[in-house]
Amino acid sequence: MVKLRMNQLLAIEGLIVGHPGVVLVKDVSFTLKAGEVAAIVGVNGSGKSTLLRTVLGLYPPLAGSITIMDEDLASLSVKARSRSIGAVLTGRPRIGAIDVRTVVALGRHPWTGHMGRLSAVDHERVENALTSTGTHDLANRTFDSLSDGEAQKVQLARAVAQDTPVLVLDEPTAHLDVVNRVVLVTLLHEIARSLQRGVLLSTHDLATAMDLCDRILVIHDRTLWSGTPSEARASGILSRAFAADGLRFDPSTSTLRGTSP
Amino acid sequence: MKSFRPYVALGLLTVLLFVLELVTGSTALGVREVWAALVDAPSTDPGVEAVVREVRIPQAITALLAGMGLAIGGLFMQTIFRNPLAGPSVMGVSSGASLGVAIVMLAHPLWASLPIPPDAALMVAAMGGALAVLALVMFADRRLGDGVTLLIVGLLISYLCSALVSVLQATSSAQALQGFVFWGMGSFGGVSSDRLLWLAIPVATTLVVAVFSPKTLNALLLGDDHATTLGVDTRRSRRRLLWITGIVAGAVTACCGPIAFIGMVTPHLARGMFRTNDHRKLIPATVLCGGSLALLCDLIARSDFMGGSLPLNAVTSLLGAPMVAWVLFSGKRWSSSA
Repeated sequence: MVKLRMNQLLAIEGLIVGHPGVVLVKDVSFTLKAGEVAAIVGVNGSGKSTLLRTVLGLYPPLAGSITIMDEDLASLSVKARSRSIGAVLTGRPRIGAIDVRTVVALGRHPWTGHMGRLSAVDHERVENALTSTGTHDLANRTFDSLSDGEAQKVQLARAVAQDTPVLVLDEPTAHLDVVNRVVLVTLLHEIARSLQRGVLLSTHDLATAMDLCDRILVIHDRTLWSGTPSEARASGILSRAFAADGLRFDPSTSTLRGTSP
Repeated sequence: MKSFRPYVALGLLTVLLFVLELVTGSTALGVREVWAALVDAPSTDPGVEAVVREVRIPQAITALLAGMGLAIGGLFMQTIFRNPLAGPSVMGVSSGASLGVAIVMLAHPLWASLPIPPDAALMVAAMGGALAVLALVMFADRRLGDGVTLLIVGLLISYLCSALVSVLQATSSAQALQGFVFWGMGSFGGVSSDRLLWLAIPVATTLVVAVFSPKTLNALLLGDDHATTLGVDTRRSRRRLLWITGIVAGAVTACCGPIAFIGMVTPHLARGMFRTNDHRKLIPATVLCGGSLALLCDLIARSDFMGGSLPLNAVTSLLGAPMVAWVLFSGKRWSSSA
């Protein structure tokens, strides 16, 4: 376990993730501060999801330590973990006909008793989460009637209502169009800043990540590179990570372009 | 207050069906006669009193309990396996229980020398069969994790159990076979008043568990991984709920035969009526719908215009199969998955 410095919510040190006998990413070391949004990028199959799921405690790490709010993740119970770290994972859950407010209230699960009865504080947190994610207008709709973009925001609202210092999102922009992608990441940024949360997300959307995130974590060659977007630009790590025949990373636009001879 | 109204209406319907169950039958009785027999009024005809106390009341209570138990079991299975077509009779659970019953009823000579009371053996064997199938389905779910494949696994288990039952039937005595076939048609009339507790205890336990489970079940709707990040120990919760499902499905099957469709269809009726998948509302609705549906099926099976003695399973299937079609065609709206 690492001693956290001021403002640090999450510290990962010498982590190796993968499945028994298969190392996907090693040398994973980074910290996440309150108010910060960090994006993990890497090609398909590089281990972004596995890394996030390991941070969430869904997979055991092969080695290394994950410290969250001065506690060793491995020593925390499922319940205690759910009070420190919330998540929106890939895939839209098939919840059926449940109104959005009830879905968001599921985020209060770690804080309510056996019957799940919501206290005045719980109700307040749910309303705040609806407001801060801009989903208040959807509150009385049913979850299955929402568009993908709306459903993703409602899922985010549920995670915000969970009231955890750290939020993890696996490919939150995956099925969204370009407008909704920027809207969602901007929203994450506002939430991180205003509520002093740390947000860790994975994405395929390099340009949005470079423009809107405070920290870029690049998985390349089974190791994790960590730095600010400008450091990433200067180091050339992205060109290496996304190297493919005939492609190069254009730092001015954060996009991949064909190499002109 | 307004949100309570549908439950009150459904509760009144259940009471009405319960009373109808008491007054109809081979000899029609008036409500007043039934009441007199129940309160032991001095003017009561001893024959009527016997019919009400030893036949009608146990049968009505059995129908109510069996319907409630199967419906809750079906709801648990649908949420846990994220499959709208899950249910005790669909996924082989009833077949497993039947195999247990067949072993007790048909392979009687094998264990007859052991000092086990036959009723208890029947109950334990049915529960064991139901739990064994649930354990297999849960194992398959963890390995395959796919809705349709899981249903096929359930179907395969059903076939396997039926085949084993056939083997037992071929080698059993004619008398034992007759008893088994009669049991297989399903009936709420086979539980005598002194045996009612055997059914009431498992069903009551299930209801108590159900009252405390909406929070977990709602979290499970988000999927196992999300539920874990919300602090649910998904493995333990699933195992606990499937244990209780196996016990109640086994108990009902031992007492009433393998009742088709009620467990699977009832949660959809409740979803359709209350237009919600929120388990806080769904559980009381499912309990009431299950009791009503079982009573209704029994009333139809015993009604005069159907000849007075239709096999119960014929009625549950006649009502249930179109309802399954309705669930499939009405698509995603109320079900927990596509």
